[in-house]
Amino acid sequence: MAELFTLFLTAVLINNIILSRFLGMCPFMGVSRNTSSAIGMGGAVTFVVVGASLFTYGLYHFILVPYSLQYMDLITFILVIAAFVQFTEMVIKKFSPVLYKALGIYLPLITTNCAVLFVALENIRQGFDFYEMIVYSFAVPIGFTLVLYLFSAIRERLDISDVPAPFKGNAIAMIVAAMMALAFSGLAGLV
Amino acid sequence: MNRLDNFKAGFIKENPVFALYLGLCSVLAISTTLNNAVGMGAAVIAVLVLSNVIISAMRKITPDEIRIPVYIVVIATLVKIAELLIQAYATELYVALGVFIPLIVVNCIILGRAEAFASKNTILDSAIDGIGMGLGYTVGLILISVIRQVLSSGVLNFSNPFTQQMIFEVRLIPQNFVIAMFSQPTGAFLTFAVIAAGVEYLRTRPAKKTKEVK
Repeated sequence: MAELFTLFLTAVLINNIILSRFLGMCPFMGVSRNTSSAIGMGGAVTFVVVGASLFTYGLYHFILVPYSLQYMDLITFILVIAAFVQFTEMVIKKFSPVLYKALGIYLPLITTNCAVLFVALENIRQGFDFYEMIVYSFAVPIGFTLVLYLFSAIRERLDISDVPAPFKGNAIAMIVAAMMALAFSGLAGLV
Repeated sequence: MNRLDNFKAGFIKENPVFALYLGLCSVLAISTTLNNAVGMGAAVIAVLVLSNVIISAMRKITPDEIRIPVYIVVIATLVKIAELLIQAYATELYVALGVFIPLIVVNCIILGRAEAFASKNTILDSAIDGIGMGLGYTVGLILISVIRQVLSSGVLNFSNPFTQQMIFEVRLIPQNFVIAMFSQPTGAFLTFAVIAAGVEYLRTRPAKKTKEVK
């Protein structure tokens, strides 16, 4: 139990997917303009990562390994993820049209969100057992949502502040990210 | 657009890294040493050119509704081949780049160029576009990694990825004056932000001038 908790804390805070692994940068820059779409995006990514991890983990251990097809992992995983994102898109469109509009182009782009494929690959690479896989698949998108939310709150303030012209938009956002990365690196002492 | 313009577009005006903000994940993560940057750049150029050529060759027989899954399968296959080749012939590089080699699949540049360019243009144009965009990406990557490596270790070196033989090594900053922070994530974000602001300044300035002339 303690080991699982350490794994969780490490994935959320210390090896944070955005600030120390730099994955999922596209939605990080694109959807972080206001806090409500940040939460929506976080929820969608969490759903996709957990679902896709379950599918790919099962697929790998019950189909690819028995038939010695491990080298096909990349191709099968990316297809599972693409199908799963399509499914999520249909669900959100049906139940929350407002959120669907707010996420816009970034919803289909979850397919190419590195975080999803990264978790699927990492579950295999690290040789996680089933429980570790579940904890890890939840922890990574929670870390993603946390940082995305904090970042979007800062960005709402940034919109009304006076920034030098060449730094407007993404460049100043990167500087903010640098400071957040510095703050998060201080958390490494936790574990 | 003639072929030379097509080739040059990837460098400054539509530089995938600094102007379009594509493929940021890998740029920020592996730009710690020059070796990594060159290896990653070469892998991306190879995959991008081949995927552009294949997708362009199939553009008339690919049904519109399922084009994205088709592109993804093509790209994933090419990336897997690249991964296996790197693992076999340049093991050090394979270890250093780690999970970022399979993650080339989800590098937005490759799918983006397939969708925006290769699906509408001839094979030769698509290949040129792939080389131009890939070089633009590599140049951006090398720029960041040189700055980060020099600031964080004071040494700039490059070794042959196949034999590990050192090709050159120079110390530019004395050991006592290095800023170790630049090998950390913070340094990656800071370096990127400053370069992106510089590119933004260069891109917007000449545009104003030409307008005045007209």
